[in-house]
Formats: sequence, structure tokens, C-alpha cells
Amino acid sequence: MSNVVLNVNGQTHRLDIDPATPLLYVLRNQLYLNGPKFGCGMQQCGACMVLIDGKAQYSCTMPVSLAEKKLITTLEGLASTQGKLHPVQQSFLDEQAAQCGYCLNGMVISAVGLLNTSVHLDDAAIKKGMQRVLCRCGSQARVMRAIKRAIPTNKK
Amino acid sequence: MTTNRRSFIKAAGSLTVMFSLEYTGLLASALTMNNLELPEVLRRNPSLSAWLQVLTNGSVRVFTGKVELGQGLCGAIAQVTAEELDLKADKVEVVIADTRRTPNEGFTGGSFSTENSVLSIRYAAAAARRELLDLAAAVLMAPAEELQMADGKVSFKSGGRSLSFFELLEGKKLKSEIRLPLQLKPKEQYRISGKSVHREDFKQMVVGAEMYIQDLRFPGMVHARTISPPSYDARLISLDEAGLNKVAPVLTVIKDGSFIAVICEDEYQTVKAQQHLSAQAKWSVSQKTTSAKSMPELLKSLTVITSKVKTASIVFPEEAKTIKAAYYKPYVMHGAIAPSCAVARYKDGLLEIWTHSQGAYPLRDTISSLVKIPTPQIHVTCIRGSGCYGHNGSDDAAAEAALIAVAFPGRHIRLQWSREQEHSWEPYGTAMYMELEAILAMDGRIAHFRNSVWSDAHYIRGNPGYLNLEGLRANPVVQKANPAGSGGYRNADLYYAVSNQTVTANFFNGPLRTSNLRSLGSYANLFAVESFMDELAAQAGIDPFDFRIMHLEDKRAIEVLERLKRTVITLPKEKNAAIGIAFSRYKNSAAYIAVAAQVKVHPSTFKITPVKLWAVVDVGEVISLDSVINQIEGGMIQATSWTLFEEVRFEQKTVNSRNWASYPIIRFNDIPEVEVEVISRPNEKLQGVGEIAMCVTPGAIANAINRACGKRIRNLPVGEQLKL
Repeated sequence: MSNVVLNVNGQTHRLDIDPATPLLYVLRNQLYLNGPKFGCGMQQCGACMVLIDGKAQYSCTMPVSLAEKKLITTLEGLASTQGKLHPVQQSFLDEQAAQCGYCLNGMVISAVGLLNTSVHLDDAAIKKGMQRVLCRCGSQARVMRAIKRAIPTNKK
Repeated sequence: MTTNRRSFIKAAGSLTVMFSLEYTGLLASALTMNNLELPEVLRRNPSLSAWLQVLTNGSVRVFTGKVELGQGLCGAIAQVTAEELDLKADKVEVVIADTRRTPNEGFTGGSFSTENSVLSIRYAAAAARRELLDLAAAVLMAPAEELQMADGKVSFKSGGRSLSFFELLEGKKLKSEIRLPLQLKPKEQYRISGKSVHREDFKQMVVGAEMYIQDLRFPGMVHARTISPPSYDARLISLDEAGLNKVAPVLTVIKDGSFIAVICEDEYQTVKAQQHLSAQAKWSVSQKTTSAKSMPELLKSLTVITSKVKTASIVFPEEAKTIKAAYYKPYVMHGAIAPSCAVARYKDGLLEIWTHSQGAYPLRDTISSLVKIPTPQIHVTCIRGSGCYGHNGSDDAAAEAALIAVAFPGRHIRLQWSREQEHSWEPYGTAMYMELEAILAMDGRIAHFRNSVWSDAHYIRGNPGYLNLEGLRANPVVQKANPAGSGGYRNADLYYAVSNQTVTANFFNGPLRTSNLRSLGSYANLFAVESFMDELAAQAGIDPFDFRIMHLEDKRAIEVLERLKRTVITLPKEKNAAIGIAFSRYKNSAAYIAVAAQVKVHPSTFKITPVKLWAVVDVGEVISLDSVINQIEGGMIQATSWTLFEEVRFEQKTVNSRNWASYPIIRFNDIPEVEVEVISRPNEKLQGVGEIAMCVTPGAIANAINRACGKRIRNLPVGEQLKL
């Protein structure tokens, strides 16, 4: 066990924990967050995605000790403090881009990460950027529409 | 006054009196409803309060014995309730299957949920409307026809005093019994039903609210993992637990035959203990002999139980020139994105289980016999999981959690399966093999049709030996369930008007564990039938649309094909690409769908790109338009994945498809565009929509590939076979 300091969704957390514990387990079990989800534990499905310094990354294999001194944002931290949804969250709602919703965290976080890197995205670039996230319900066509809707230059 | 009117209605035994209360002008449509039979589950559970409650905050809570599989059932239930009671849909709260709270509606699946449960809720809401109006008439001392219902209140049509549903009931429960005759709102007055209503649950999902079984957290909850054998038939020889406590602070290790579980306070410590024990466990392993047989040869070599599904009155002329083709579909996974999970607690003689199973009551019966605790001392609560598309590891995880909880009483046990466990231990959709044969008449019509289907079980739930746990605890292994069942030959006979049809089903007990997967045998059977239809059309020299339409008599079937034809016929031809089609009436008795697939085949690499899929569907009455479209879009994409990529790989009793690398599914790069047209028929029976896209997609893709490059796909998945 050792002391680990995490910055998650703008708050600092001091934890006494096995430093090898994957970040995902800490977010879910110690910080009671539901956004990042367990899907495979081997970086194959993207259900566990979180933003680390603005980039979408897997949390299922990252030891919590490596997440120190970084800004971690989960699905819960995307909305404004007044509760206004992030534009990507809003566009997913507008397009009803989900079915069971279990992959939604990975989809939204990856889309936000993608839009953080570039706002000039064609279909091929979106597909490439979303390649890491699996959906079994087949909601990907809606996810594509939602991401395109969230691109600022596509706003009517 | 109320009493008088009620007894009058009772004495009169007629609908006409009741209709005069509100819908006087609509007697004709009302009278036909008198003949409608109530769904069976309502006849078993007629008490209205079992289905519907009025809450203090003005909302209505409805109880369904079905579960939300992520397909929007709760939304549809909220829509019909809101419609009958003139509420807003967000004022309806839906409680899913729970042995303490909801009626017993068995399992959720087979597209029956909309057909039966939504209809039950509609009747329940109509009965509630009647009771609330009756109460208001009494309190307000006014004839009910002068009253109106809106936003959870009853008031005079002329304005003035209004009473909320809660005030009317004075905190009491609704007390009616749901019986015919019962007036339903005339469909021409619908405001919500049939429209695209945004799903309420998405608002919570998008902000990461607690909603899945994986999100359950109880005070003092501990974490369990199981240690699985390397193959179906491996038995535990020994387990060296020395050194385990150096790896993780373990609370206990549970062993029962070849079943092993470990519990820790912390989840990650449990994972470490699981990995350690997996490495320490010694298993007897069966000999692996490599078979030279292809999968179709292997399936055909197995002992079968044969059943005659359909026998033509005119014998198939054996000496005639026939057209033959055989098709194969491999074992396919449900592949839920979340591995199965369950929470259980055994305390003071009461066993509580939280599960993402498709049925609370049937699972309770199974677990009762497994742990030898009578059903009244077991509560099963269904909580949504990730999309399951049928019977996955959910019941196994629940039963295992129950067994662990009984062995380690007092605290909530959370059991989480690993990705590898879900991949290698879920019951798959069975491999199937189909031999089709036909004779064409001079005019190109099909004169004779014969189909022999080989299949394992498509449904094992509730059968002895259906849980992994039963096999693990017992020695020797419990025999697999009997494979025979109608799922294997679903849609194996033609919906097309061909009078001489012979269909035979051959049920084998195959090497892998199987159970129901979205659309059961229809996926394989319609892959075969709809591919074969194109082969026959080519032989007859007739366009695939025209060939199908000339064999159809049902106008609704013809309309989905004709609309699809109008959509795709005008599209410009693209290089190395082609469009293929397929049609089905699901189960030959339910919803209609026609699908077109545009596929590109790269001229040198032979890489297949699914470009776009179009569907035209007729599901009868539509409750939630966007949910219908969502199901069809998603179904086409999932079926594209099955068709192009998916096959469970195994040797003897060992599954080698153990994660998303060894069992890949579709990713964004291969996602086609999708477009769905829905024909709305408000006065037709509503039909399930969740499975219909699965069965037409493989035929459409295979037919498109054939038109694009001349190669006929007879074995799924398409995979790399074009490169050979």
C-alpha cells in the first residue's frame, strides 16, 4: 500500500492503495464513479476510456501510480459545474446515439479526445479516431452522426 | 353514483354504456375491442395494483415482468402508459422484473416483449384510467363525460376544480381488476404512441449515472472471482493454496467439485488472487486430437434426432434436374461488451440476488434447486446489464454468486466475470448446416423445394444441466440438454408461395455449449434461403426483386420489397461494388423486412467493404418510431459483423476464441451507412422488432458479393475466403 494523489474531475483525492491497482478500479471502487466501465481489462474494447490531460486513454490497465500528477476527466466531469452538458454529450442525446449504453462512456470520451486534437474531421478521420471503441448493439452509425453534429464548424 | 353506475355496467354486461362515458363517437372501433382477448399474463395477474401505482409526486409507476435489454422496452412501456393516461412520458417510471415487485412474465426474448408486455401495460393503463375517472365522478359529483384527464389530474372539461390522481386515491392503491370489456384510447387520438420519443434513460447514461448491474454498491460488499477450467471437460485435480496470502489478503476460497471461487475485500486484490490460483490449479485435460473434417462434415457426422417440419403433398421428383446448394453458419458469440456480473447476499435465511438475467422468476426456480433453498426465501431482482442479445453468461454468474453467498453468508458478494470467461464460457449461437434443393418450372417459378437443416439447441434455459456450475460441481459431467426445439428450423420453410415444400430438421448434440442468440435459427436459415433465392433467380434469368415478388401473395410482403426496390434502383452503379437483397417475414408470421446491402470488393486485395445497408420494415403498429429505427440500424450492423468476421474457434472441448483479438467483431473502419424506412400500420398487431434485421442481412451481403465479383458465399463468415 502507498499514498497516491489523484486529480479527477477537478478534485484532489489522497488514497492509501496498492499502487499497481488499475486506474479503472480506483475510479469505480474508491471514487464511486460509474462513467468508466469494465469491458475487457486488456485495452481491446475502450469501455474504460478516460481523458488524461485531454487525451482519451484506457484506464483498465494503467496502474494508478502512473496517473498521479495528471488531470483526469471522466464522463461525470464533462458537464459544466452548472450542469450544462458538454457539446458531445448533447449531440449524443440529440442523435439518440446508443442502445444499451454500456459503450457510451468510451464513445463520448473518445469523441471528446478526438475533437480536442482536431476540429477538421472527415468520416475517415472520425472512424480512425474511434477505432479503439467497440459497440455490440451496432450504434456506431448513430455515433458517427453524433460526432459530426458536435464538430463546431458543422453547427448550423 | 359510482356504485350505481358500476353495478349497472356489471348488470348490462355491455360495452356500449362505458363508451358513452368518453368516446361516444367511436362505438364501431370500440366494439371490436370487446372481442380482443387479454394477454395471458393479465388473465393470470388481473389485479391492477400489481401493474400500476400512483406516486405522491404525480408520477405513475408501472411494473413489467420483462427486463430492459438496452433495446428501449422501458421507453415503449412509458409511452403506452402515458398515452392511455394522458400523461407526459417522463411521468412514468418503469420497474423491471423483480420477484418481490413485478408479475411473473417468464423470460424476455424472442421479440415477444413488445407484443405481449407492452399490450398488457396498455390494458392496465386503460383500467387505471377507468378507475380514476370513476373516482373523480364520485368526488366531483359529476357525470364522467363532463370530466377530462391531463397531466396527472382529472378536471371538469369546463374548467374549475381539478384533482390529482394521488388525491383521488387518497394514498390508497388502485383496486380494479383488469378485465374485458375495457376501453382503449382510439388510435387516431394518439399523441405519443407511434412517435419518436427521446429515451429517458439516455439522459442518465450520458452523464454516467448509476444504472447497470456493474454499478451496484452495497455497504460492506466484497468482491469475488471464479477460477475457470481450461476446457469444458477439464476436472480439478489439485489446488495449491499455499502462498496465496502473500499475493493478496484473501477472505476465503470456496471449492465445490471443480468450481473454485475466491473472495477479497478489494476488487483488484481479488483479481490478483484469481490469477495466482489459476496458475496453481492442476486440471485433468482431455486429449486433443486434430480432426481432418471440415465443420459441415463434422456436424453431419454427429448423431441426430430428426423431425419432419413440413412434408409436401407431392413427392419430390428425385429424377428431375434439381438445383442444389449447401450453406454453413459457424458458432457465433453473444459477445456482450460487459462480461457477466451478479451480486448476491445470504443473510438470516434469505438469499437475495441481483442479476442481468432475462427472467427473474425462472432463474429463482433454478437457483432454488441448486442451493436447496425454497423459492419464498429467494429474491431475484433484474438490473440492466450491457446488451445481451439472448442467453449469455448472466444466469451462470447469478447462480455462481448465489452459491458463493451461501458459502460466505452475511455480506453482499459481487461476482464479476473476466473477458476471457465471458468469451469462453457463454452459451453460443449454434453452428448450423443447411442443404437446399429446388426444381424450377418452365415459367421460372419454384415447383418443388426441399431443405434439410442441421442444428444444435437454440434454447436450454431451465433444462437440467443448463448452467456451467452444474457441470463443474458434478462428477461425471452433467449431460447437455436435449437439442430439439423449433428455433432450429425457424424460417427454414419458405414464406414464398411454393406449395410443394419439404423441410427436415436434424438436431445434433454438438461440441460446444449453445443457447438462444438473437433470431435463433432464422439467421442461418434465411442466409441459406435468401442466398438460394438469388441462385434460383439467376437460373431462371429473372431479376432478384421480381423473382421474390412473383413468389409472394401477401401484400405487406410485396410492399416492403417494392419500396426497397424504388430506393435502390435509381442509385448510380459504382465500380467494383454491387447491391444484393434479401427479404423475410420473421418466423413466417411476424414482422416484415427487406434489406439491400451495397458491398465493395477490392479488385486485387479482395477486401470487402460494406458501404451501405437499406431496410424497409413493416412491424405493424409502431410504439416508438426511433426505437424501431435504432433496432434495425443496430441489427444490420451487428449482423454485418457476424457475417463478415465472426466464428468461435475451438479444438475438441477447448474454446480458442478468448478475447476480442482472437474473436474480432466489427470496428468503426468497417461500419456501413444505414438507412431505415418504416411502414406504419397503426391498426395492425404490433410485432417485435429486435431480431428481424439479423436474418436478412447475411443473405443481402452474400448476394451483393456475388454480384460484385461472381463469388458465391456458402460458408460464413465471409472472412478471408475471397482471397483463396
